[in-house]
Amino acid sequence: MSEYIENDPQGISVGVVEKKFFTFAEAPDTLKLECGASLGPLTLAFETYGTLNPARDNAVLITHALSGDSHAAGYYASEDKKPGWWDIMVGPGKGIDTNRYFVICSNILGSCMGTTGPSSLNSQTNRPYGLDFPVVTIGDMVSAQKRLLDHLGIEKILAVIGGSIGGMQVLEWAIRFPERVHSAIPLATTTKHSALAIAFNEVARQAIMADPNWNGGNYYSGPNPSLGLAVARMIGHITYLSDESMRLKFGRRLQDRNDFSYNFDADFQVASYLRYQGTKFVERFDANSFLYITKAADYFDLGLQHGNGSTVEAFSKTQARFLVISFTSDWLYPTYQSKKIVKALTKNGKDVSFCEIEAQWGHDAFLLPIERLSEMIRGFLDRVHRHI
Amino acid sequence: MVASWIEPGSRVLDLGCGEGDLLYYLTTHKGVEGKGIEQDESKVVRCIERGLSVLQGDMNEEIEDFPERTFDYIVLSQTLQQVYEPDRLIRSILRIGQNGIVSFPNFSHWRIRLQLLLTGKAPVTPQLPYQWYDTPNIRVMTINDFIHFSKQVGFEIVKSAAINTQGQEKWGRTITTMTNLRATYGIFQIKQGTSK
Repeated sequence: MSEYIENDPQGISVGVVEKKFFTFAEAPDTLKLECGASLGPLTLAFETYGTLNPARDNAVLITHALSGDSHAAGYYASEDKKPGWWDIMVGPGKGIDTNRYFVICSNILGSCMGTTGPSSLNSQTNRPYGLDFPVVTIGDMVSAQKRLLDHLGIEKILAVIGGSIGGMQVLEWAIRFPERVHSAIPLATTTKHSALAIAFNEVARQAIMADPNWNGGNYYSGPNPSLGLAVARMIGHITYLSDESMRLKFGRRLQDRNDFSYNFDADFQVASYLRYQGTKFVERFDANSFLYITKAADYFDLGLQHGNGSTVEAFSKTQARFLVISFTSDWLYPTYQSKKIVKALTKNGKDVSFCEIEAQWGHDAFLLPIERLSEMIRGFLDRVHRHI
Repeated sequence: MVASWIEPGSRVLDLGCGEGDLLYYLTTHKGVEGKGIEQDESKVVRCIERGLSVLQGDMNEEIEDFPERTFDYIVLSQTLQQVYEPDRLIRSILRIGQNGIVSFPNFSHWRIRLQLLLTGKAPVTPQLPYQWYDTPNIRVMTINDFIHFSKQVGFEIVKSAAINTQGQEKWGRTITTMTNLRATYGIFQIKQGTSK
């Protein structure tokens, strides 16, 4: 996902929020991972907005995408310039209304925004894990989140909501812990990566690993593989946009010049934009985390993991009501992949609503202010909450 | 009329549900568990906003995915005349639902007959306001045709009503005599035939 973090045009916000930490899975009670390894102790960074009601039935879990974090809404300090990454959706009176719901968002396992990942200190060696960090899966991320929900005393989640890799976690939640999930809103996502999606991820990973500073993942005491990570981010950005959005946003316009430079400067606006996005990203993101999370996304295959190869069988386990949403110009996770989810749910007689939103902004559309999206999420949450 | 045929608390699928007016009414007044299929994005958005469960898609395709006997009633309002394979759709309806409620404009209303007879042009009426070149109605059918169709496809007509509307008004009068000539719309409740 890109960074579109914008302030709410009406200035409505959940206000000042705090990043909290939950540490668990101390030895010998470590978290068993899908790859066979065990991991612990673990820390999850998380934030909550709104109030858990006495019936404890108004909890909404937001699951973030590749480069997101626990900071979904609000500000850490009143002087902060930018709010959390989904502030347009999460807040008082918004699509996910913090006056009504208790919203939780935690940083995913393997990331670098406060949750344990390859850049964290390995308690056994007292050095950052690097590539000693086990390869985690979407299922492992969800298992860790479940421990957080246990800790918060939430037996049943009203809704799990997320886009892209966050959407994969939504699907995983609904099938891995069916009795814990009342409803699910997967946005712009898929039950498994296409070869196309894996291909882009592979090129991005190769860019990181080809950077001499990467040093086999062991770079925490030296210079970062910034060039590789920046190129990886640039590749990602291309897949988040669309032909139409790039034409409208950049076309062939030149950046700060009237003529070609006849050298290899960033002549075009699109080139300059990608370079800027790449440079900005390396300031806040860990290259190894990028490798681990993209690999988790590539491995994700709901049908294989939960249905002996059948998506329909996988979804037979869920008890959740679904709202599935795709976007017309999303070519990373095209609509046919969302329709596959809808088809599998329908074949199982599950309650599913589906809408393909007309949007020109490509995969990133789910992060942009789209009134229709907010209204549908609001209406859906209202219904599922009434039906508890 | 359609709403009055539906038992409270039943499971209802509305094919081509539009903005969900019928489903919303049935959900709030009769406690039904409603589901809709609609192609138009903005109408689907409106439905989901109102708290209805709706799938965006082509009813002819989506209907194939539902398990048998998922619904008590499946409503097909004013759409059969636009369907490419009506017999296939009716069979699918009766596969996944106990009852079908099908309504359509009656092409043998006397006004239509008279127009064709007197002007020699494709008829245009308040109920069928299209020209031949822009009509979505690809099937020309009458109440009598539908009764004949039921025997061919092998479904049973449980009850029927013939409606006469004046102009564009929403609710017409029920008529009981010479229906094929006098009704502007026909509504049929159908179910799987016992013989076939």
